[in-house]
Amino acid sequence: MVAPTQENSAPLIELRGVTKVYGVGQAAMQALAGIDLRIDEGDFVAIMGHSGSGKSTCLNILGCLDSPTSGSYLFRGVEVSHLTRDQRARLRRFYLGFVFQGYNLLKRTSAIENVELPLIYRGVPARERHQIARRALASVGLEGWESHNPNELSGGQQQRVAIARAIITGPSVLMADEPTGNLDTARSEEIMQLLCQLNREQGITVVMVTHEADMAAYAKRIVHFKDGRIESDVQNGRNH
Amino acid sequence: MFWNTLLLALREIRRNVMRSFLTVLGIVIGVASVITMVTLGKGATQQVATSIASMGSNLLMVTPGRRMGPGAASSAPAFKVEDGEAIAREIGSAALVVPVASRSMAAINGHENSSTTVTGSTNDLLALRSMTLHSGRTFSDSESRAGAAVCVIGQTVRDKLFGSQDPVNSRIRLGALSFQVIGLLESKGQNSMGMDQDDIVLLPLRTFQRRISGNQDVSMLQVQIREGESTEKAQRDIRLLMRSRRRLAPSEDDNFNVMDTKEITRMLTGTTTMLTGLLGAVAAVSLLVGGIGIMNIMLVSVTERTREVGTRLAIGALEREVLMQFLVEAVVLSSSGGLFGILLGLGASLGLKNMLMVPFIFDPTIVMIAFVFSAAVGVVFGYFPALKAARLDPIEALRHE
Repeated sequence: MVAPTQENSAPLIELRGVTKVYGVGQAAMQALAGIDLRIDEGDFVAIMGHSGSGKSTCLNILGCLDSPTSGSYLFRGVEVSHLTRDQRARLRRFYLGFVFQGYNLLKRTSAIENVELPLIYRGVPARERHQIARRALASVGLEGWESHNPNELSGGQQQRVAIARAIITGPSVLMADEPTGNLDTARSEEIMQLLCQLNREQGITVVMVTHEADMAAYAKRIVHFKDGRIESDVQNGRNH
Repeated sequence: MFWNTLLLALREIRRNVMRSFLTVLGIVIGVASVITMVTLGKGATQQVATSIASMGSNLLMVTPGRRMGPGAASSAPAFKVEDGEAIAREIGSAALVVPVASRSMAAINGHENSSTTVTGSTNDLLALRSMTLHSGRTFSDSESRAGAAVCVIGQTVRDKLFGSQDPVNSRIRLGALSFQVIGLLESKGQNSMGMDQDDIVLLPLRTFQRRISGNQDVSMLQVQIREGESTEKAQRDIRLLMRSRRRLAPSEDDNFNVMDTKEITRMLTGTTTMLTGLLGAVAAVSLLVGGIGIMNIMLVSVTERTREVGTRLAIGALEREVLMQFLVEAVVLSSSGGLFGILLGLGASLGLKNMLMVPFIFDPTIVMIAFVFSAAVGVVFGYFPALKAARLDPIEALRHE
């Protein structure tokens, strides 16, 4: 399915004929076999598919952690598929936020220090950094938990810290890779509601990879991957 | 940017206090031993220098022997009393010329005996070494001329042979010969080289030559130069005089030395300095080993923190920021180890100075060098692990278990 390009305003994200091949020669493995995908500002996209379908590869490319083998990736109309490693790092720093399945919080580091980490790389002064981090933690419902280390928090709370860390810089897009993969149903639903709330109230575009239909159901739009191609791309009827 | 990197590194060290301490233990020990060795060595060197300087700057020592090169002993004949007399006669600036011959031997009184230094010289030696009599008298002219069997002893010899008794007019035995004790010296204690100045039996030179050594040799001539006269000039004149007395052809090297106190200092401190350097070098090797310890732990740390590095990269850390973080971490570790080692080394020197009877000399240069070196160890041994962390692929690193 090809999403038509609008001429007047560039979409937030646009992939055109993106392929990704790992390895060379006999061992070469095609993870993406030509992806066309367009994501507009404010959207909430769930990417689904079996393992090996290319959904994670696609998220890595969308998150500028990886470069496509061929094809074009336009971020706000700017070609970013051939950026250098450092250029991609800067793009992530200023426009993207990441939430992982395993939370990836720094061990033996308090929630607030974890949350303010991206601001350190942005060079925000300590006092300001603290205030912003405090507010971000409050916005994910963790007021009063600032000084707790990850091992003193439940999985759901850890994922909330991770989300606070991802949104603290006010990113354009939140990339979530199986954010509920390690959580039970109740916690998962809380996290999904949080993501919906951020999408709705702060206008953050969310791209989420998941293999759970229940979780994907929270999204506005569901994209199915199969064998490195997009199998279906549908608007989700469910009301937010 | 720098402060942020420092902050990240400090947080990291704080997260692992125990391991950080163990990591830098090698550096701490290395720096501490370098500082201790060098501080005590400097103290010892200075002590020797001070003790020689206390002899006065106007003292020259004339000894037989070549300064360096082959064939020293046999081709360097000893001095005679006449050489001393010639210096006293010909060198106008010489105030005192004291010939000295000495030998280690046992002094015996009844059942008591003591190994001591038997020195043959003149009464002038007492003036030269600023020694004074406690009781009795010094040699009379006739005793000196005749080589009479009389001696003046120091307090240590008295203590060992006579206990608290008055030794004057008693007799002691040196080898097979009996000597009358005519005087007891005032105690001078140890000199700062640790030599007991009271462990001495003084004989008239002629007595020593006739009854002890059996030859006319003098092992050393000590010359005191008059106040206000040039030591350098006297040194030159004595050298020329000795060359002509020893009938050295112009092409021949000196087979004797005329040393002023500066040269004696250099000669004696040379050994201490060399030893200090040697011990310092051994200690520096342990610093290097400490550095390898840091590299080892940093490599482990990078592997252990792979996911963390991945997270940082995903968040938007640049390659060089990750590099800097790990590098700063290594440098902060190693230089704080260095700082700790410096304090430990100075403390150990202070603690040991009484035991070793060496003055404590604070040397800011070696402290600076030790600190800079320990920081450099961090840079050198931290660079490779830091590079390894910075080059990680974020996707792989995030997947790392």
